[in-house]
Amino acid sequence: MLKQYSFEETAVQTFDDKTSLAMKTENMQVFYGENHAMFDANLAFPKNQITALIGASGSGKSTYLRSLNRMNDGIATVTGKIWYHGVNINEPGVNIYEIRRHIGMVFQRPNPFAKSIRENIVYALRANGLKKKAELEERIEQSLKGAALWDEVKDNLDKSALSLSGGQQQRLCIARSIAMAPDVLLLDEPCSALDPISTVKVEETLLELQKKYTIIIVTHNMQQASRISSQCAFFHLGHIMEYAPTGTMFSNPQIPVTQDYIAGSFG
Amino acid sequence: MEQTNFQLKKQDAQSHEWETQLHHATKATREDWIGRGISYFCIGIIILVVASMLWFITSKGIATFTQNHVSLWKFLSGTNWAPDQGQIGALPMIVGSFAVTFAAAIVATPFAVGTAIFMTEISPNKGRKFLQPVIELLVGIPSVVYGFIGLAVIVPFMRHLVGGSGFGIISATFVLFVMVLPTITSMTVDSLRAVPRFYKEASLALGATRWQTVSRVILRSATSGILTAVIFGMARAFGEALAVQMVIGNAAIMPKNLISPASTLTSQLTTGIGDTIDGTLPNNALWSLALILLLMSLFFNAIVRVIAKRGQLKHER
Repeated sequence: MLKQYSFEETAVQTFDDKTSLAMKTENMQVFYGENHAMFDANLAFPKNQITALIGASGSGKSTYLRSLNRMNDGIATVTGKIWYHGVNINEPGVNIYEIRRHIGMVFQRPNPFAKSIRENIVYALRANGLKKKAELEERIEQSLKGAALWDEVKDNLDKSALSLSGGQQQRLCIARSIAMAPDVLLLDEPCSALDPISTVKVEETLLELQKKYTIIIVTHNMQQASRISSQCAFFHLGHIMEYAPTGTMFSNPQIPVTQDYIAGSFG
Repeated sequence: MEQTNFQLKKQDAQSHEWETQLHHATKATREDWIGRGISYFCIGIIILVVASMLWFITSKGIATFTQNHVSLWKFLSGTNWAPDQGQIGALPMIVGSFAVTFAAAIVATPFAVGTAIFMTEISPNKGRKFLQPVIELLVGIPSVVYGFIGLAVIVPFMRHLVGGSGFGIISATFVLFVMVLPTITSMTVDSLRAVPRFYKEASLALGATRWQTVSRVILRSATSGILTAVIFGMARAFGEALAVQMVIGNAAIMPKNLISPASTLTSQLTTGIGDTIDGTLPNNALWSLALILLLMSLFFNAIVRVIAKRGQLKHER
């Protein structure tokens, strides 16, 4: 039986140095029909760092993440404000396609299209109006290098993406996202379907990528959060309970619910 | 080793008991046998029926060539259909059948795909609630009703619009269009629904628009399913007899345009079947038409299989 924890007792740091923030949510709520799934989410994400969102299944971390680039449109109702470059992007008039070009997303299950490796990357670029072959080729190479996949696939760019291993597919999905030159990258448990060796490769890739991108990653795996993230937010039943630099969070959690989660009492 | 032998000996009596018990037929094993027996029996009957139909149509259909010594080439390329006078050129009917089939498929496919996209991507709720039952209803309407509507509405309309009798390939096309539309639509809906949700999500997350996602990802990955749907629609159009017969005019002459009376393999069969005597050339000639229909439906089936196989390969690793 899960212990009852007070949702009043939270320890959310603000990281409110405005100049170095990539994104921020203000009193964000998410509803699936009648079901209130996310309560008053206030988080700020520092630029060029990895922020991990941790918590048990059903704690709302994926829901939160998907709201950030409006992938919940048509699925859930999201209220409150999402600040991005000083603009509230959670407003009706905002161009969601433009947002998603700047805020990329990688999913839990590697989901390359049933096309060649090249086509997987070129797809979104073409959809975005990029036509010149030389430029496309350059983007392909750069993004595959960025995702640390180039050396493994450079001779086989026309091979089906489905012939790659799970880890390679996931890095292809990362490459596909960064080919659009986003500045924020959202990752929804990108390693949960991967074996440990592939996981290490993806993590190394992310650590390298944070120099250029702001990364927000949902993870089930606390070790992963401690290995790669700079700050860490703990979600519990739709509430954000604690948000702190990762080192502090794991060595000195402030409130009982975080202490118990990190100690492994539930989740 | 020895010890094991010893133990085995000691348990001999007991193991004999086990021996009988484990070989003993129980209610469960008997049920298995009965079940297997029933399904083998059913499948045997079906195979027998299909095989004898194939044999029957083939043997009757080739009698034109073996007994009446009509050359196959003359049958397929001749344009004069007068079996009473020994003239059996089936080309007008073959052309008529293919013309109405392809025309109906070409007209119906865009509407069907559009409707299917609406039902799956644009408004899934309304699609499920209203359009699905409507389409299922369209499938269930007997073909004689379609033919009757064609006769009462389309034929006079065409007569008014372009003159002539109003009977012809174009009227048949419109009737068949309505008849194959639900077939193609509902199968296209199935294949669009079968596109994994994560393809759509991946595309949207890359900033692709809904239209780009539908046209470049969803339709693309449903292509083999849609082609299968179209072929099934064509098979239905090719095999439809009654409704076509009512509006096409049934003139076994080479169609010169889309608005003059023509005929198809099926309409010629239904028209002529009552007037011939078993074993004579006119009767055998009709069987030959039936043989063409049979071969065509086998051909449609073969295409569907090839497409399905290729579609599968694409999604495998």
